[in-house]
Amino acid sequence: MQETTTINNNFKSEEYFINMGPQHPATHGVLRLLLTIDGEIIKKVEPDLGYIHRSIEKMCERDSYQQIVHLTDRMDYLSSHINNEAVCLTVENALQLEIPERVKVVRTIIGELTRIASHCLWWGVMGMDVGALTTYFYGFRDREMINDIFEETCGARLTMNYNVPGGLMWDIHPNFVNRVKAFVKHFKTKIPEYDRLLTGNVIFQKRTKGVGVLSKEDAISFGASGPVGRGSGYSCDVRKYHPYSALDKVTFKESLQTAGDTFARYQVRIQEMWQSLSIVEQLIDNIPEGEHRVKTNAVIKLPKGEFYQKVETARGELGVYVISTGTKNPYRLKFRSPGFSNLSLLNHIAVGGKIGDLVATMATLDLVIPDIDR
Amino acid sequence: MSYFSNIFYGIKTLLTGMRVTGKYFLNSRKGAITQQYPDNRGILKMFDRFRGEVIMPHDENNEHACTGCQKCEIACPNGTIEIIWDRGLDEATGKKKKKIDQFVYHLSLCTMCGLCIDVCPTDAIEWGQNFENSVYDRTALTRVLNKPDSKIRPGVED
Repeated sequence: MQETTTINNNFKSEEYFINMGPQHPATHGVLRLLLTIDGEIIKKVEPDLGYIHRSIEKMCERDSYQQIVHLTDRMDYLSSHINNEAVCLTVENALQLEIPERVKVVRTIIGELTRIASHCLWWGVMGMDVGALTTYFYGFRDREMINDIFEETCGARLTMNYNVPGGLMWDIHPNFVNRVKAFVKHFKTKIPEYDRLLTGNVIFQKRTKGVGVLSKEDAISFGASGPVGRGSGYSCDVRKYHPYSALDKVTFKESLQTAGDTFARYQVRIQEMWQSLSIVEQLIDNIPEGEHRVKTNAVIKLPKGEFYQKVETARGELGVYVISTGTKNPYRLKFRSPGFSNLSLLNHIAVGGKIGDLVATMATLDLVIPDIDR
Repeated sequence: MSYFSNIFYGIKTLLTGMRVTGKYFLNSRKGAITQQYPDNRGILKMFDRFRGEVIMPHDENNEHACTGCQKCEIACPNGTIEIIWDRGLDEATGKKKKKIDQFVYHLSLCTMCGLCIDVCPTDAIEWGQNFENSVYDRTALTRVLNKPDSKIRPGVED
């Protein structure tokens, strides 16, 4: 019995179109990517946003300045304390309030702990995105200790809402200092473990080196900030150039890498964890005594004008821009969120790579979708 | 030659990683942070500041400290708190005075921002540490915080 088979040698290459998301686990939230692919080569990435839009900026126009603070928790929920701080700093600068040293130091410590917690989660998820499930558990284990510190002092683990315009909602818990010290001691032994487990791993390096390369010029022109910009050699740390709270009293190194690929952004974040630990260590031993809160009016009215404050969240530069007409609500409040700018360069760096590389690239952009949509 | 050295380098890095995981595998009891919830309900204690829900503490005479000033209602960003109030006769002075009829708290709307507790001039409401809020019917999340027939504690003024 003989079969006749026709051999087709004319393999045709054809572009096609798939949806990645909005319920894709690798997009870390409800982000929908419209991918134009040829085989497995990416030709075009179009992000489609709006699945978790809650019109936070419009709600801010309705709310008083105290009420705005808790909405910013819901933007970039992994650096919620730093978001709160940004709004509070804007209001305090506009009112020209003198903030006690204690408040500044506590805000900085908790802000840096937030950064470590965010990077811990990112590290775990980054490993998982490129196929190493163990990192997820180790990252969450260390983040758990920080969450416990937050829960004891702020009352909540994620949406902390600990800042109020004029200071902090409560004074720090008596256990706070001891817990933070225990964490610093614990975490110093864990980052080398992270390095041994994932950074040095040959599979991980092959998956990340040379993938998603972003040049310094492109980083600047796309408005990249945070570890994404610094991975390309663009020195853009707001903490360094426009220090806020107690950051002008500490010494730390801005972590810079020049390669601009996924692995460079990974290294920047690992180094940032060390730097944040050192900031916490410098401040934790001498938290100045004093008031934890300055009395403000029950109804805060900002003077007429425009106010801008930027801070460095775990993902990059967050700007808060307030236009006030002198009433108790802002006339307009705009958040410049780091995630939105960092997402805009995804098409630029993912084109030409494979789908698997896109997942690795997105993991180091560290997108938080509620931050992008607001 | 570099072909083989690449292979050995790869194996070495994998073994380095496996040493870390192996250490945890052998000492799995030591670093465990998972909690055996709900089995540990008896010993599970939340932190004092934990924001579970808003409660109104009553003393043994069934008296609370809420004057019905409605500052919490104004401070709330979501309309979580509704105060239904009335005017009643104050026994001490004989004058008519504002008093709460029902302090309605919609837990389903609450974002736990804490502004109500922050502004309360008489500390009538505070955080409760209960976190098990799942119910079969949404209406069970709307609560009246003041107990039936409760009164304001004498001497509390805003």
